[in-house]
Amino acid sequence: MTEPADWARSDRARERARDLSLLLAVLLALLGVVLLAVYFLALNGGAAPRLAELALARVPQSGVGNPVTAVLVNYRAYDTLVELAVLLAAVLGIWSQRPAPPGFQRSSAVLAGMVSWVVPLLIVTSGYMLWVGGYAPGGAFQAGALLGAAGVIVRLAGDPTAGLPGEAVQRWLLVLGVLMFALVGLALMLLGAGFLTYPPKLAKWLILLIESAATIAIGTALAAAYVGGRPSAKGQGPSAGEASAAPSSSSLGPRP
Amino acid sequence: MTAQFLYGGAGLILFVLGLWSFLVHAPLLRKLIALNIMGGGVFHVLIAVAYRGDGVTPDPVPHALVLTGIVVAVSATALALVLGARLQDEQRQG
Repeated sequence: MTEPADWARSDRARERARDLSLLLAVLLALLGVVLLAVYFLALNGGAAPRLAELALARVPQSGVGNPVTAVLVNYRAYDTLVELAVLLAAVLGIWSQRPAPPGFQRSSAVLAGMVSWVVPLLIVTSGYMLWVGGYAPGGAFQAGALLGAAGVIVRLAGDPTAGLPGEAVQRWLLVLGVLMFALVGLALMLLGAGFLTYPPKLAKWLILLIESAATIAIGTALAAAYVGGRPSAKGQGPSAGEASAAPSSSSLGPRP
Repeated sequence: MTAQFLYGGAGLILFVLGLWSFLVHAPLLRKLIALNIMGGGVFHVLIAVAYRGDGVTPDPVPHALVLTGIVVAVSATALALVLGARLQDEQRQG
C-alpha cells in the first residue's frame, strides 16, 4: 500500500468519525429537549398518587423515626439485602482478577500524624452516623462510607492493607452484612412472621443489629475495593490479623 | 416548582451529556466516567421528583432508591476499574 492511499484513508476515517460524533450530538440534543419537555409537562400535570403518604403514615410502626431508613431496612428490606449482595459480588469480582497491587510509600511524619487523628475521628463519626440513622438523616450506608473513607486514607498514607485484617477475617467481615440480614430474616420466618417482617416491638433492635453488621460489611467492602485486589499473604505487613477499627489507628501512630 | 424543574432538568442534561461522552470517546476510563455522570444525572432527577413542596416532608422512597443506587454505582465502578486495569496489563504483556 502506498503512503498517499494511507493518508487518504485515515483522513476519510477521521472525517467519518467527526461526522458521526456531530450526528450523535444533534440526536442527543434532541433527546435532551424531549426529556426536558416531558419532565416539564409531568411537573405541571398535577400531583399523581405517591407512595410517600403510605410510607410516612407507617413510620411509627417501622421501629425507626427516619423515613428513609424505614424504607431502606423495613419496607424495602429486600432491596437493601440484594444491594449488600451486589457489593459483596463486586469485591469477589475484584479479588478474582488480580492480587492486591503494592500500596504507596510510607507517609512522612506530618501526614502520618494527621492520619492518626483523622482515622479515629472517622470511625467515631461512623458510629454516630449509624446511631443517628434511626431518627435523622444517616444510617448504615453513610456510616459504611465513612469507614471506607478511613480505609482509603490509611492506604494512601502507606499501609498496603488499608488497615484491613488478614484475608480470613476479611472474608467474614465482608459477608457479615448479608449474613446478618439473612439470619434475622430466617429467624423471623421460624418465629412465624414473614421473611424480614419485623414485629413492631423488636423492630428497632433488629434494625440496629442489621445496620451495624451492614456498616462493617460496607466499610470493609469499600476499603477492599479501593485496595483493588485479593490480599496477598506476604503483603500483609505489620497489621495482619488485627481488627480493622482501633489497631489501624494505633499502627499509624508516630513511629520510632 | 421552578427550582424543582431546574434541578431535575440539570439532571436530565447531565444524563444526556454523559450518554454523548459514553458513545463518542473510545478509552474505557472515559466511558466509565461518562457512565457515572449519567448515573449522577438520574440521581438528580430522582431527588428532584421526591420534592413535594415547601414545608412538606419529601417522598422517602426515591431518596432510598438513590441511596441504593449510589452503592450499586460505586461497586460497579470499582469492579470496572479493576477489569480495565487487568485488560491494560494483558495488552501490555501480549
